Amino acid sequence: MDLSTAYPTLLADLPAVVSMMVVGLMGLVLIVIDAFRNDHPAIPWLGAAALAVSAGWEATQLGAPAGTVLFETLRTGGFVAYINLIVLLAGLATTLVSIPYLNQLRHDHGEVYALILYATVGMLMLAASNNMVSIFLGLETMSVCLYILTGLVREDEGAVESALKYFLLGAFSTGFFLYGIALMYGATGTMVLPEMATAELATASAQLLFWGGFALFLVGFFFKVSAAPFHMWTPDVYQGAPTPLTGYMSTATKAAAFAALILVLVHAVPGGEWQLVLAAVAVLTMGVGNVMALAQRNVKRLLAYSSVAHAGYVLVGLAAGTQAGYAGALFYLLVYSVMNIGAFGVMALLEWDGKEGREQSLASLAGIADRRPVLGTTMGVFMFSLIGFPPLGGFAGKYFVFAPAVEAGLTWLVVIGVLMSALSAYYYLRVVYVFWMQSAEDVAATTPGPEAAFPPATRMAVGTLVVCAVALVVLGVFFGGVMETTTGFFEAAAMAAAP
Amino acid sequence: MDIPYLTSLVIFLPAAGALLTLFLRRAAAIRWTALATTTATFVLSLGLFVGYDPSVSTALAPQMADVWAGWVPGAYDVKYFVGIDGLSLLLVLLTTLLGPIVVLSSWTYIGEKHKGYYALLLLLQTGITGVFTSFDLFLFYIFFELTLIPMYFIIGVWGGQDRIYAAVKFVIYTLVGSLLMLVGVLYLGAAAGDAVNNGVFTTDWYTLLEYNVPLAAQGWLFAVFAFSFAIKVPLFPLHTWLPDAHVQAPTGGSVILAGVLLKMGTYGLLRFCLPFFPNVAQSYAGLFAVVAVIGIIYGALVARVQDDAKSLVAYSSISHLGFVVLGLFAFTTEAMQGAVIQMVNHGLSTGALFLLLGMLYERRHTRMMDDYGGLATSVPVLTTFMVISVLASAGLPGLNGFVGEFLILLGAFQSTVLNSPVLVAAATTGVILAAVYLLHMVYRTFFGELTDAANAEMPDLNAREFGLMVPLVVLMFVLGFYPNPFLQQTAPTTQFLLETVEEKRAAIEARADKAPPTAETPRPVPPAPLEAEEVSIERPERTAP
Repeated sequence: MDLSTAYPTLLADLPAVVSMMVVGLMGLVLIVIDAFRNDHPAIPWLGAAALAVSAGWEATQLGAPAGTVLFETLRTGGFVAYINLIVLLAGLATTLVSIPYLNQLRHDHGEVYALILYATVGMLMLAASNNMVSIFLGLETMSVCLYILTGLVREDEGAVESALKYFLLGAFSTGFFLYGIALMYGATGTMVLPEMATAELATASAQLLFWGGFALFLVGFFFKVSAAPFHMWTPDVYQGAPTPLTGYMSTATKAAAFAALILVLVHAVPGGEWQLVLAAVAVLTMGVGNVMALAQRNVKRLLAYSSVAHAGYVLVGLAAGTQAGYAGALFYLLVYSVMNIGAFGVMALLEWDGKEGREQSLASLAGIADRRPVLGTTMGVFMFSLIGFPPLGGFAGKYFVFAPAVEAGLTWLVVIGVLMSALSAYYYLRVVYVFWMQSAEDVAATTPGPEAAFPPATRMAVGTLVVCAVALVVLGVFFGGVMETTTGFFEAAAMAAAP
Repeated sequence: MDIPYLTSLVIFLPAAGALLTLFLRRAAAIRWTALATTTATFVLSLGLFVGYDPSVSTALAPQMADVWAGWVPGAYDVKYFVGIDGLSLLLVLLTTLLGPIVVLSSWTYIGEKHKGYYALLLLLQTGITGVFTSFDLFLFYIFFELTLIPMYFIIGVWGGQDRIYAAVKFVIYTLVGSLLMLVGVLYLGAAAGDAVNNGVFTTDWYTLLEYNVPLAAQGWLFAVFAFSFAIKVPLFPLHTWLPDAHVQAPTGGSVILAGVLLKMGTYGLLRFCLPFFPNVAQSYAGLFAVVAVIGIIYGALVARVQDDAKSLVAYSSISHLGFVVLGLFAFTTEAMQGAVIQMVNHGLSTGALFLLLGMLYERRHTRMMDDYGGLATSVPVLTTFMVISVLASAGLPGLNGFVGEFLILLGAFQSTVLNSPVLVAAATTGVILAAVYLLHMVYRTFFGELTDAANAEMPDLNAREFGLMVPLVVLMFVLGFYPNPFLQQTAPTTQFLLETVEEKRAAIEARADKAPPTAETPRPVPPAPLEAEEVSIERPERTAP
């Protein structure tokens, strides 16, 4: 590559990655501010502003045609903008809910918000990847930040344990991932996704190399989206991490990782061979997630297993392997992000200082909705949406991943999916009835007294959750526009990007 | 009188009222808003009754239809499509009539959390009305599920001692059925789209009606649809959620549940199962009739041994709805007419029974019949209403219950599909048993000696309670003596449905005869997987207007 011609291209392509730059640079600015004015209260707001501005810009790019920039390492266009929008909004909501929560924990360090921004940059890159190297870079940037954020409350043994567990298992899965990439490169001689699809695998050993590599690659991805049987870390890590950040981990990370997986499936391995693998993993994931969630008494662990289950529903859409299936999966990721950010957000504002640290058990929240009706109502919306009740977003989401699967001949998979949804109603409803229908006397547990230290429910934080709840109703009734947008990403004209 | 978007207005006015109550603070303001909303909805729904013209065929489109095709753009022919035909009309009217009555019955019964209760009640009414007016399967499904959430809270928050158990059981039972039905909806939509809608996924009721489902697929599709509706009805082995839900629910919840919510099951059978899957429906008509008759007799026998009056009425519902199912699967005009009218009758009489039992409960806080006795001397007006409702429920000629049950049994005797007089004779015993357990209840509760001082001092109905009972009792007499205006409204639609069932059954059978049995219509070929360069799953443009 001749550098003299490369620089103009680089400069010309920079506007295409403007949100990555805005968010990343703001992260650096925050660190600098923090160095001179330690934990300055303006830091989170600056981070939120950067995320909001970038999100606004991405919203304008939803209709943009697909293309590649920076020497085919990154993609641009509607698909990328859509996922970026989810990631950025999730980051924004997380920041807003984190402010009161971390403040009360006395862990509102400026670095936290900088790390959120860096992790976001990694996700933005991941979702825009057109090249195995950028996938890897994005994934690692994101993961390293998350490892640190998980262990934020370092005086809490549980948090340290979960951070270490996340780091070790994450590093392990990265190994698989990298090995897979190496094998695929060995077989095809290229790192660029579309070129992998067209590369000829002449010999049997090249075939073996490629598909073996792809299998290892999938393992790495399944780990990141916590699909069974690679989900073991999820409940521990989700429980130990600060609650708003758990919400971030469970949504933005998954959205970005699934986006990259879709890009690989569509561009690099556009055969039907993996359909059954994905279907099998989907069955396992839905099954393990829902069954394990039934037994949970800690709300965060319950939500962790629920997020495993929801990865399974997304995989149903991917297993369909059709335009409509991918479009449905994208829609599902949006809805899922909104409801999970919301559910973890509510929990963040309802954790209180119990005898043994942060109290998160279901029993401790009996009848809480009478005292916090707004949070109770929003939690009700999130739970019913997670079950998949119309007219909430969760139903529309499930509909649009299940319908293509039926059309693709995977009716059996959908039957399992809906039975699992019915099973999930049991534990989600438990949250609802503990919130609304029980009282402290019913469960004979230590419920928070009036003096219990809840995180201060600032207007901004509660407002964020209300916005999430309203968004779910809107997405559940007027899903048409979003579906039309996501379907558009996979139409022939949009996909056949210039090589 | 021509009000634009009348059907949609009747559906969504209660939801608007629910939204309004959220911004009110005082309990009185919330109650009056709920009452005003439901009353206005009822008045509007009378416009549907006046505007509906039975001489205009609904074979191609419902009357007073509202269509919004832009709801779901893109590759799905799913639209907002509501309207009225003879089947919907009476059930919608029943729903809107019970609306203000239920609000009035909850006036003092609900002592706390008024806002949530009335908001949910209004939302529930929107859901139920939507179910009865949807002509799009997807939309129907949304309304069908929408009714679950408010009912869950109404039972779970304002219910009795074991309310949480009952509420969760209610939701899980219904949800298992309806989610399996969702798979059926998805499959049917895709298959019908390939066959009759240029490959575009469709849930339009009329388009689906054009599609003759191949015999191989009919079996399991009928099974998932019928399973879901059978839970809702509830049919005999799937009924166990109902007594729990009824006993635990507050009065208003019970009235809605028995009055209209259960009808969603029988309505679904009639609207979707029979016309979509005619061959299997007729093949298994015998099975359903047997299960229905078991339900009739079993429900009656269990009702007889209850000590809890509310539980008794709950089991009587199982028995009475068995008649409706029997009527549907007889496939004769009389029986089907009887089934439709019996749905309304059961709503009136059982609704009245639950209302009266709720009034008793409010006075004495017990549902056990042994705690009462001799109430006829202390509360004569309540007793009078009770006796009328009981006689209506037991099917005394001259009151409404008789008309429906008579038509059903008559039609079932004539049925060539069932062709089993013995079975129908067994069903007839249900009428006798109904008289036994209901009169037994009246005897234990209202007659005999007045032993308890608390019962002697019980105040009789006040003006509000009297007022809310009057319309129900008047309708019992009207429907009993002169049901013709109502039967005339429904007749063309039931006739049309029966003819459609027969035509489609014959057509599908003829086709199955022609082709060798192994060569059913081939499964729709799964779309080709995506290619890197030319990714396109060909989907023809929608031919929407």
